[in-house]
Amino acid sequence: MKAFQRETGLAAPLDRANVDTDQIIPKQFLKSIKRTGFGDNLFDAWRFLDEGDIGLTPNERRLNHRFVLNQPRYQEAGVLLARRNFGCGSSREHAVWALLEYGFFAVIAPSFADIFFENCFKNGLLPIRLDEAVVDDLFERAQGDGGLELTIDLETLQIQLPDGGEIAFEVPPGNRRKLLEGLDDIGLTLAQADRIRTFEASYYQRHPWLKRGAGADEETAP
Amino acid sequence: MPTLYDKIWADHLIGEREDGQSLLYIDLQLLHEVTSPQAFAGLGEAGRVLWRKEANLATPDHNVPTDNRAAGIDGIADPVAREQVVALDDNCRRHGVRQFGMLDPRQGIVHVMGPEQGATQPGMTIVCGDSHTSTHGAFGALAQGIGTSEVEHVMATQCLAQSKARNMAVQVNGELPAGVYAKDLALALIGSIGTAGATGHTIEYQGEAVRGLSMEGRMTLCNLSIEAGARAGLVAVDDTTLDYLKGRPLAPSGSEWQAAESHWQALVSDADAEFDSTVNLDAVALTPQVTWGTSPEMVAGIEEATPNPCRAADPTEADGVERALAYMGLAADQPIADIRLDRVFIGSCTNARLEDLRVAARIVAGKRVAASVKQALVVPGSGLVKQAAEAEGLADTFTAAGFEWRAPGCSMCLAMNPDKLLPGEHCASTSNRNFEGRQGHRGRTHLVSPAMAAAAAVAGRFVDVRDWL
Repeated sequence: MKAFQRETGLAAPLDRANVDTDQIIPKQFLKSIKRTGFGDNLFDAWRFLDEGDIGLTPNERRLNHRFVLNQPRYQEAGVLLARRNFGCGSSREHAVWALLEYGFFAVIAPSFADIFFENCFKNGLLPIRLDEAVVDDLFERAQGDGGLELTIDLETLQIQLPDGGEIAFEVPPGNRRKLLEGLDDIGLTLAQADRIRTFEASYYQRHPWLKRGAGADEETAP
Repeated sequence: MPTLYDKIWADHLIGEREDGQSLLYIDLQLLHEVTSPQAFAGLGEAGRVLWRKEANLATPDHNVPTDNRAAGIDGIADPVAREQVVALDDNCRRHGVRQFGMLDPRQGIVHVMGPEQGATQPGMTIVCGDSHTSTHGAFGALAQGIGTSEVEHVMATQCLAQSKARNMAVQVNGELPAGVYAKDLALALIGSIGTAGATGHTIEYQGEAVRGLSMEGRMTLCNLSIEAGARAGLVAVDDTTLDYLKGRPLAPSGSEWQAAESHWQALVSDADAEFDSTVNLDAVALTPQVTWGTSPEMVAGIEEATPNPCRAADPTEADGVERALAYMGLAADQPIADIRLDRVFIGSCTNARLEDLRVAARIVAGKRVAASVKQALVVPGSGLVKQAAEAEGLADTFTAAGFEWRAPGCSMCLAMNPDKLLPGEHCASTSNRNFEGRQGHRGRTHLVSPAMAAAAAVAGRFVDVRDWL
């Protein structure tokens, strides 16, 4: 995974609460068996007026010019400003892949849904929770003349504003380190492989009926 | 003193990883075709193998067609959907994972198949790359939906690295009235606490109304935990749980059953267990629920009307109500009973078990689907549910009434297969999400219980099913 230390980008304000993962990446575009190819369909039903199909590029689609991300001033945005409960609904990690591929490196909102929040850290997208009043203020600035460019520093846990102001934020410490160093999550756990094996030995002694496993071959059934 | 969640957590806790996250041992991972291919690919690219292959069980469900099933994979017309089902097949073969494939009668929606086979057992930790994994919490199992990176992590390590959630008790006092079901209870809860009301928590459902639910009803209730923001929901083990499990193909038997049973019976929260928050609901006061908007929290009783943005608590909420009413093609203060339906869908991991189909069939027996309803679908949750429903005549009841009787899969719940709404159509659906476009581009979903969906199919609009009993 790509490490995240300090990034600068323009903020795009998506002024809706409860944005669900079905909106972030609609299910008809989930049919790839790879982790790539989802950015073109990010917020598909809002970005485009036509229904779309797999394989059509944005240039072949009818753009919804009223949708915020289609406004010329928010092209190249790197930070998505959102409202409460962002990323609710399905566990599809495709939502995070689509946001990253589109060009976002961070999402700022008053609250996030749990599974989406975790999925972000597995892929190098930084979700930042800020108080509702602070988010309101950022919305106002991002919608105002000249827009809002933010520098997000994960090392110092500060967001730098164009006027020199700073906003402190928090990130769960384990997730922060993983992102800062771009650590391989599975590698971190496999470093504890002996401990897992020791646990398993005692676990199956305590729960012998679970040892065979639901996925054991039928041929070996007793 | 520990809650049920605390007990299951402690039983599976290996310890802390160096970054401070807890390593939780996972008993069972369910796999399907949409969220597993990238995980299998990642495993292969890193040169890793499955830590414990027998802890994985797979079945295709999300985008399998619900008709022309005799041809198996070759019968999937959509080449992109077929690629995913083929990938699941290949990956299972290559990695030695047991799969109930498209031609196996045990194939079905993962959250119907697991409990039906007895793979889901009390006290287990269960994961699946699907947010409705919370369903399995009905058995007193800690069951959570996870992302694809976590699927790969569990494949490779048999662990989940996470932080412990907080405890929430949902206490439902009194008995559910006739015509009011687990689905209505769940929707009323979500309407009351909101779709983020239980974020960061594991819910334990308690109280007389919950104890009175069948396992099917408990599964419906736990299934919808994620729509309240909770990754997992739990119901403590009791005789209803044990009676359901006994004799299932993958449940323990003989002396192993005895050992398991004595462990399972301790799977209840201690009497003085402390919860971080408690929500109280009065079952007696509940009415049949219908969602009118584009989030499961946008719900009202059948005797009520849509809200008016003027009365919203804040501008964000007013904006949400206005946007949802516009999307749904409804007016403010419009009676729910005035909403006319174009399609009806009875199915999904929320409500496609035998009990659900029995309730719906009782409502439509001897009646006809309204002429104004273009399509009414019944999609059983698994091949075995389908067989059982056919054997007891439910399929005939549905088809005689004008419903289409289909083969098992997720179907119109998320419309990844050919079953979908056309733009602007209203659907009475027993599924779990009424998000914009969920059942088809620009489609309009109303979430209801199977009984309410069945009655709506006959009436062509929403009616109070309590008058039909």
